Amino acid sequence: MCSSCMGISCSQRSKKSVDMEICRREDKLEISELDPFLAELLRQIPASTNPEGAPAAEKRLFSPPADRSKTEQCSEWKLYVEPELRRLFRTATETVAADLEQLNGNEKPFANRKLRIPTQHADAWLNALNQARLVIAAKYNFSDGELCDHYRSPIGSRRDLGLFQLNFYGFLQEFILREIDGCPEKTSN
Amino acid sequence: MIEKETRSQDDVDLPWQVVVHNDPVNLMTYVTMVFQRVFGYPREKAERHMLEVHQKGRSILWSGMRERAELYVQQLHGYLLLATLEKVR
Repeated sequence: MCSSCMGISCSQRSKKSVDMEICRREDKLEISELDPFLAELLRQIPASTNPEGAPAAEKRLFSPPADRSKTEQCSEWKLYVEPELRRLFRTATETVAADLEQLNGNEKPFANRKLRIPTQHADAWLNALNQARLVIAAKYNFSDGELCDHYRSPIGSRRDLGLFQLNFYGFLQEFILREIDGCPEKTSN
Repeated sequence: MIEKETRSQDDVDLPWQVVVHNDPVNLMTYVTMVFQRVFGYPREKAERHMLEVHQKGRSILWSGMRERAELYVQQLHGYLLLATLEKVR
């Protein structure tokens, strides 16, 4: 498991560094001072949840419910449960995609942006961010050491950018979790 | 047919356990929250299980009747945790 991604730096390319701000305002989680680079990473969340073309990612999102030798159990799961899981994941991603429409306004191309996430969408965000992180990690097959490297620059290889993206999404997850903490819902008895 | 039905009855009666396996990507805080939500565990208990998963690679979260155990595994997969259903030996 990954302990924390709070140390992420969000303004590495800017000469005049303005840090991204993230806070809760009434029933919304607000991310402000989003520079174009981070805004683009956010826009990529829905696409990043797609495991297509990466069998390892598909396998991780839809892992078997038992040892693979339990073929009957696994095939029943594939038939009855997996479609439900796909629907659940798709719904979460669609909710996030709709919230991200705010970033497609007509502001100046390089202006910093603001994103407001309704707190009732927090679960969808947690789910979509987790999907994206798992898919990215599976696609690049990051080692445990790399996954603990929260300070790697996104400038370099595609792999470095992938790791930065994974850590940035983890940072957002931590923030959302902190904000919804104190009101855990028990979903089953 | 009779044999199959007998085996199915055994499956229903024997205790089953819900096991969560370690995943290096999921955040510790996220896993703790999932355990609190799905099983209704207090934070301390949820954290104990989370640490067991992290340190030992797996933790038995719950054991009991198969139907309930299946439901828990399904919910855990909905949160993208690596969870399996195992028969208690």
